[in-house]
Amino acid sequence: MDTVLLARWQFALTALFHFIFVPLTLGLSFLVAIMETAYVRTGNETYLRMTKFFGKLFLINFALGLVTGITLEFEFGMNWARYSKFVGDIFGSPLAIEATMAFFLESTFLGVWIFGWKKVSKTVHALSAWLVAFGTNISALWILIANAWMQHPVGYVIRNGRAEFVNFWAAVLQPYAILKFLHTVSAGYVVGSFFVMGISAYHLLKNHEVDLFKKAFKIGAYFGLFASLVVFIVGDMHAGEVAKTQPTKLAAMESLWNTQKGAPMYLFLIPDEKHEKNAVELFGVPKMLSILAYHDPNATVRGLKSFPKNDRPPVTITFVSFRTMVALGTLFVLLTLFAFYLIKRDKLLDNKWFLKLMVLAIPLPYLACELGWIVAEVGRQPWIVYGLLRTSQATSTAVTPAQIIMTIVGFVFLYSVLGFIDIYLLIKYARKVPEPATKEGGY
Amino acid sequence: MLNVIWFALWGLLWAVYFMLDGFDFGVGILHPFIAKDDIERRMVINTIGPVWDGNEVWLITAGGATFAAFPTTYAYMFSYLYTPLFLILASLILRGVSFEFRGKIESEGWKKFWDFIIFLFSLIPAILFGVAFGNIFEGLPFDANGYHGTLFTLLNPYGLLTGVFFMLLFLEHGALWLSFKASNSVTERAQSTAQKTWPLLLIVAVLFLIYTKFATKLYDNYINHPLWFIVPAIAVISLLLIKAFMKTSYAKAFIASCVTIVTTVFTGIIGLYPNLIPSNINPAYNLTIFNSSSSQYTLKVMLIVAVIFVPIVIAYQFWAHMLFKEAIKKEDLEDKEVETY
Repeated sequence: MDTVLLARWQFALTALFHFIFVPLTLGLSFLVAIMETAYVRTGNETYLRMTKFFGKLFLINFALGLVTGITLEFEFGMNWARYSKFVGDIFGSPLAIEATMAFFLESTFLGVWIFGWKKVSKTVHALSAWLVAFGTNISALWILIANAWMQHPVGYVIRNGRAEFVNFWAAVLQPYAILKFLHTVSAGYVVGSFFVMGISAYHLLKNHEVDLFKKAFKIGAYFGLFASLVVFIVGDMHAGEVAKTQPTKLAAMESLWNTQKGAPMYLFLIPDEKHEKNAVELFGVPKMLSILAYHDPNATVRGLKSFPKNDRPPVTITFVSFRTMVALGTLFVLLTLFAFYLIKRDKLLDNKWFLKLMVLAIPLPYLACELGWIVAEVGRQPWIVYGLLRTSQATSTAVTPAQIIMTIVGFVFLYSVLGFIDIYLLIKYARKVPEPATKEGGY
Repeated sequence: MLNVIWFALWGLLWAVYFMLDGFDFGVGILHPFIAKDDIERRMVINTIGPVWDGNEVWLITAGGATFAAFPTTYAYMFSYLYTPLFLILASLILRGVSFEFRGKIESEGWKKFWDFIIFLFSLIPAILFGVAFGNIFEGLPFDANGYHGTLFTLLNPYGLLTGVFFMLLFLEHGALWLSFKASNSVTERAQSTAQKTWPLLLIVAVLFLIYTKFATKLYDNYINHPLWFIVPAIAVISLLLIKAFMKTSYAKAFIASCVTIVTTVFTGIIGLYPNLIPSNINPAYNLTIFNSSSSQYTLKVMLIVAVIFVPIVIAYQFWAHMLFKEAIKKEDLEDKEVETY
């Protein structure tokens, strides 16, 4: 195997593993801050116990998200030296800003939050939770600005054999970056709210702490409904932006081979990459693809065959990932709407089947997030920077395949063990009944 | 001018990182020896509990700043030092999770396992950072045809000496930290460790300064601009002050140790100027702050960001350190209302 393929596998594995933990951090940080704020405002001990219960799960999850993030920063230099050299003038800045603006904030105030229960006032403690939440979300902003530039490079010139910045704000404020940020963080909020709803549902089914978990479920459901709608609406806008800026990715997402005016969308479709067509196309909705991509029923959508073969991304994986993600996103809107309805009618506890369903639904938003990244990154191929630098031209020349194989083995072993332990601990602590008010839990 | 400012900032980020995470490494290496039972181990770990994570961010920032300001150096440094960086990475991952995992399952064996992980994966990066910087001081074997070294060329005598030197610096630093941040018998053992480590550190520091003359070109800048000798002079003085302060106040000795680490790093950085990584095959290929930097535009943007945000970061990190300045006592760990590791 060559270094390019190995380096890609390594990045895919380490990035997807990292992103098991990040979305929950993005969402649960806000949910815990909301819970603690409810405690500060009402003085109700139930909210304090809720904060501590979900706070502990937040910390177990956070530990692995944090340490696996460093891997990615190192990997750009270790495996992708030619990429780093070519885009460093642009790509390095958001990474450095991310550390300066966000990582310090989240790590320092997380320390205050964990250890400061008796050192700072209630208000400052709750404020620390908010600062952690803002820190994690600001971090997402900068890394997604960096990723958006790889998808749609702007504000640069090619000079001295590399891409150089001429307009920092063009890259920071481009619609692609803003939409990607909103889509990704709101997906994280969905993960967080389904996590809170699912665990609350588990305890409600067991009749543990009904008051506490009903309240928690409600917070999760309201936040989740808001987030599911945002992720859905912004997702539609984001796809529109992809249609404008990355036509090959859009064509692969929809498995559209021939350029068409007023392109239909097939609800069921099986791509056949080898013969450059779809093996099966069923239930076509006329003009739907044109409407979704350009909000115009007669718009022309470019098909894959209008691009040279070596400029096309892998179709099947991009298509299947995209379809599944969209289906899941729709499901999340329906589930949170129904949860909202049941809470309003105060019928949550009467519908045990729904509570069971919400326990089982915990992994689904995670899956949607991973699929989203597969669409974003596989759909961008064969480019590492869309239209500018090919992935095959981006690896380190000083690194041998043997070295990458060795580190892949190392990461797979390390991540499997740590991932297993972390998920085991999450489940163990999620199943525990929250500590009673008189004896608040330590580690 | 911007390149020089960024070179200084680059040095500062590494120096602050070693000053802060240095005591975490020292504490991690020492904790199985200094603490005799579980409550003492928890005491030791909890002295760094609230701050280790924030300390580690200085490394991520140093890496990010290298990428942003000197992308060519970043690309070569990280791909040439592939294996040591992977080992450092794995160590930081394992050390980081072990603080969180250790207390989560009530089992003797489980805790002992993570204690060992904390020890080993504090020791390895403490040495490897030294090995990496020793090799950067010496220069790496690269030219127009790329890199000609392996992991074993990095493990040369000077690289290893620098590794041991860094490790001892961090060991002393961590022992001094525990000397005033822990309590009772842990403090006593930490103080005695700090006393015993100091002469060893002094000997290795002297060896390092002498060997540097033969293995590197770091002293050239000092001979051409003798005023800069003030930096290594401060390093030596503060190293001696550690010994003096240990008689009266371990907190003061710790401050002296902070100064020692920062000025030691800068002693190397000033010697490197204007190189970031010299080539020990042919100086024509040296990666300098001019030929490996970002554009002036990017350096300017990043400087504005740094000028605004770094002081804010320092302010709230200082506030957080002050918040947790009290020594950890056994009673704190038994108080169920306070969260601890």
